[in-house]
Amino acid sequence: MPEALLEVRNLKKYFPIQSGLLNRTVGHVKAVDDLSFTIRKGETFGLVGESGSGKSTVGRSIVRLTEKTSGDVLFKGTDIYSLPKDELRQLRPALQLIFQDPYSSLNPRVRVGDAIGEALIDHQLADTSEIRSKVLEVLELCGLSDYHIDRLPHEFSGGQRQRIGIARALALNPELIIADEPVSALDVSIQAQIINLFRKLQETNGLSYLFISHDLSVVEHLCTRIGVMYLGSMVETGSREDLFLRPQHPYTKALLSAVPIPIPKLKRERIVLSGDIPSPANPPSGCKFHTRCPYATERCKEEVPALRTIGTDHLVACHLV
Amino acid sequence: MTIASSETAQGIKVNKNQSHVRSSLWRQSFRRLVRNKLAVTGFAVVVIMFLACFIGPFFSPYTDNKINMALMNHAPYAKHWLGTDTLGRDVLTRVLQAGRISLTVGLASMVLSVFIGTLLGIIAGYYRGVVDQLIMRLADLLLTIPSLPLLFIIGALLSEWKVPPDYRMYIVMLMLSIVSWPGLARMIRGQMLSLREREFMQATIVLGLSDRRKLFRHLLPNLVPLIIVIATLNIGGAILSESVLSFFGLGVMPPTPTWGNMIDAANNMIDFQERPWLWLPPGFSIFATVIAINIFGDGLRDVLDPKQKR
Repeated sequence: MPEALLEVRNLKKYFPIQSGLLNRTVGHVKAVDDLSFTIRKGETFGLVGESGSGKSTVGRSIVRLTEKTSGDVLFKGTDIYSLPKDELRQLRPALQLIFQDPYSSLNPRVRVGDAIGEALIDHQLADTSEIRSKVLEVLELCGLSDYHIDRLPHEFSGGQRQRIGIARALALNPELIIADEPVSALDVSIQAQIINLFRKLQETNGLSYLFISHDLSVVEHLCTRIGVMYLGSMVETGSREDLFLRPQHPYTKALLSAVPIPIPKLKRERIVLSGDIPSPANPPSGCKFHTRCPYATERCKEEVPALRTIGTDHLVACHLV
Repeated sequence: MTIASSETAQGIKVNKNQSHVRSSLWRQSFRRLVRNKLAVTGFAVVVIMFLACFIGPFFSPYTDNKINMALMNHAPYAKHWLGTDTLGRDVLTRVLQAGRISLTVGLASMVLSVFIGTLLGIIAGYYRGVVDQLIMRLADLLLTIPSLPLLFIIGALLSEWKVPPDYRMYIVMLMLSIVSWPGLARMIRGQMLSLREREFMQATIVLGLSDRRKLFRHLLPNLVPLIIVIATLNIGGAILSESVLSFFGLGVMPPTPTWGNMIDAANNMIDFQERPWLWLPPGFSIFATVIAINIFGDGLRDVLDPKQKR
């Protein structure tokens, strides 16, 4: 088994809820609540869950765009949160983030070539004379043309911009790319282009990904291992085959049954969850899913289920499995 | 160290698509501004006013302080296009000379207050924490004091201390900047705070860019449009404040003419009723200049900073 590239251990991120005249903290939104997972070299780890389950916060906490509340984030064995500012900056190129919205993640006043090349200069990854050729190289890799280099972001379509964002991350030759719903703002034909680009880059550059998405068909296509999140906690992790063919957690089953299939005659069991995802400021007791779970028992309301190994690398947090 | 213009300029040679004109946001904004007739008119009026005031007096046969007792309070005629004042001085020459002072005071105090306001706003917005609190509480303090009474008090103190009239002009500039920087610093700080939450700024963190590059290549270029708009609108305000101060005899002192103290000199019933050539020209100059600057500033704001549009 390849070595662990990223280890997230018991990560918690609570956002304080402040109210009143003195901004007293009256509670916490538990966006990420005791989450652990490992990404190995060369692997694509998919993080799925519905809106508000804390997927993006996980990604942002790993690169310290939001500071964790507790837990550890180890990248190649180094605790990212214990690094002083300078050393963290030196480590940055290896750990890149691709943003969800290609329209707001590019500075409207910075030309494409500069946007991609400036980090190379700041990290002394290339001489001034080489930068142009390096930038052209990644542009080409991402399916953009050399004359795009002097243009401004507003001259591009959404798909092209997302590829610029990918090129910007890629220029630094990262080892792990965290992709925060990189295709959800794009239309389907462009989604396919971007996803194929991700695959190609993995083959050529040996990249690892943390792929955050709510689109299960995309995740199935791209990811080797998948984690399912519900209200800030991991409910099931396993290989793609385990999760899509042998899902164990009722929530995973419900999610999978909601994926549309292009065969209208095929009838299948549809698990419809009633109600909304509960508020992360006041999560249900016991198993957080018990309020919407069709199989919930008394035990689920009281006892928090721990993640248990039920097969090779297949973990489930449910009392009933 | 940057792949700035020189580097990218070479890139044109590599272009496959030679016909592609490099567009810049500035050029686009300029094109949109030119299409705004009102703003162009405003700009034209300001330019004409500046040219007239700074070049005009050289073509005048009179000087602003040449007294001619034989020609007191004469109505406009061929030799004196706008008549003469109580001391027989040519009103047209004096209005243009006064314009020099008023426009200079307006411009200089704008430059100073924009400099102070921008610098403090950027520092407050970038470093936040204690520095931010200190700067913004100081700004709040200044904003709680109504500016006109404050200016009156300082002006009265200056008269009390018998500050030489030559220096007063510079002190007036300083006074005007001191009362107008807090509002500016607030706006710049607000813009800084909103910019740092934008995704492209978060991207600069993840990319691990140096602080210098974050500030000079990403934050400042996005502040410049706002600064230009504020600066333009600020000139009008400063000219108006200077006129008010001089009208009350607390700004620039006679015999140095300014639009404000020229109106003040005609501030009696007889002049008001019988000799409109004494107060109409400076009054109209203030009106035209300030309106023109504001119209131009509004046009600039629509083009450069559409979100601010009310």
